[in-house]
Amino acid sequence: MGSKTALFEKHNEAGARIVDFGGWDMPLHYGSQKQEHHAVRQNAGAFDVSHMTIIDLFGEGVRAFLQYLVANDVAKLRDYGKALYTAMLNAGGGVIDDLIIYYISDTNYRLVVNAATRDKDLAWIREQAVFFDVGVSERAELAMIAVQGPNARQLAADSIAAEYRDAALALKPFYSLQAGGVFIARTGYTGEDGWELCMPAADAPEFWDQLLSSGVTPCGLGARDTLRLEAAMNLYGTDMDESISPLEAGLAWTIGWEPAERDFIGRGALEKLRSSPNRRQFVGLLLEDRGVLRNHQKVVVEGIGEGEITSGGFSPSIGKSIALARVPAGDYDRAMVEVRGKMLNVRIVKTPFVCNGKIRIDIEGEAL
Amino acid sequence: MNELPGDLLYTKDHEWLRREDDGLVTIGITDHAQGALGDLVYVELPEIGQDVAEAGEMAVVESVKAASDVYAPIGGSIVAINEELADIPEKINSDPYGDGWIVRMQPTDTFDESTLMSPDDYQQFIDDLDD
Repeated sequence: MGSKTALFEKHNEAGARIVDFGGWDMPLHYGSQKQEHHAVRQNAGAFDVSHMTIIDLFGEGVRAFLQYLVANDVAKLRDYGKALYTAMLNAGGGVIDDLIIYYISDTNYRLVVNAATRDKDLAWIREQAVFFDVGVSERAELAMIAVQGPNARQLAADSIAAEYRDAALALKPFYSLQAGGVFIARTGYTGEDGWELCMPAADAPEFWDQLLSSGVTPCGLGARDTLRLEAAMNLYGTDMDESISPLEAGLAWTIGWEPAERDFIGRGALEKLRSSPNRRQFVGLLLEDRGVLRNHQKVVVEGIGEGEITSGGFSPSIGKSIALARVPAGDYDRAMVEVRGKMLNVRIVKTPFVCNGKIRIDIEGEAL
Repeated sequence: MNELPGDLLYTKDHEWLRREDDGLVTIGITDHAQGALGDLVYVELPEIGQDVAEAGEMAVVESVKAASDVYAPIGGSIVAINEELADIPEKINSDPYGDGWIVRMQPTDTFDESTLMSPDDYQQFIDDLDD
């Protein structure tokens, strides 16, 4: 038996299929993963993401610490409440984890890291923190709920105390605020608008019930995965790990190269890879033949080389299979994927595949 | 829990088999199997005329979640495939013992149904899995 979130009984009562995820008993779906996926694209869905690890950093040295700890530059966070997506690297430039950092105050930043990487992340952060005036505090007592979809904020606003409702609805993308006991962030992992909310675990079941009675669909990790794949958002452990740098995982945009004198962990290794002509690229694939692309399938680029699918699956929004893949350097727009001994045709497409309710790729696209 | 159809035989890999009046057998996957897989999105079917050995790979069903092999409960030759599954794989979700059938097969002469489970035995088998 794994760890249970404050909402476990709710999931059980709702007939969810429970699976192990990073040591947690989590809902995979409540009946139909596809319907939950569509609910988020078209209306609003709620996800229990309490398994995610929330870490608060406190102290005078916290900004300097984060400028050393992560690849993106927290100096970009100028307004209180602003959020930043980044990777935390090892000395070799490999990704220890990806995370979101919220700028709460000059002496308090909040990190949200992955569930499966909790232990090593906390150990790494604490190890690095000894050189700085900073305290590391895991907030295991907080539950976390993501409400995502075009109508998510409006529907979830019913569950926010009236005095904070206007301010919550006025939050711009990638901003957050503390609304009484509830921390509200306009962030997510689906490619849709919405909020991620942290609250004391004891308050979570009532909040969840209220979301559902407002017309929000409960969604499991299955839909979360197809939604994030369509949005081309990376999954740690699948699309990147400690042997892969952000440069080969489609995360070059999260590296804060400037100022050049900021010496974050992994910078030296990244600089070397940055100038390498053989650096692999991270691309989106659309399957033109029938079938389903899956993780670890081989990608063959004729005359150039081979790569691998890092996340593959079926896109409920498009009705075809899509994938993220790490492939050889070069300028090409077609490849083949080996599926059970057969070579299937894929087209390389610009990601995201889907976001804000719309298909962003040219499905019928002619080969160039 | 839905009642299992009483006229079918079952395997440990969650296939079902029905003996038809014309001597052919129809094969599909059970309600338990489709529930575990979730929404089906693709079915890879064998060729008509293909011979399959008992317990040999016969088809692949893919859900949003995963790909899963379908094994032949008995040896035989494929005489029909459910072509509708190419466009509507979710028929296996909605009607696993009816419109969601996968293949029809001409069994080999040595067809031995004692290797298959009765509805009661299969029910017991899946009940034990859930414990």
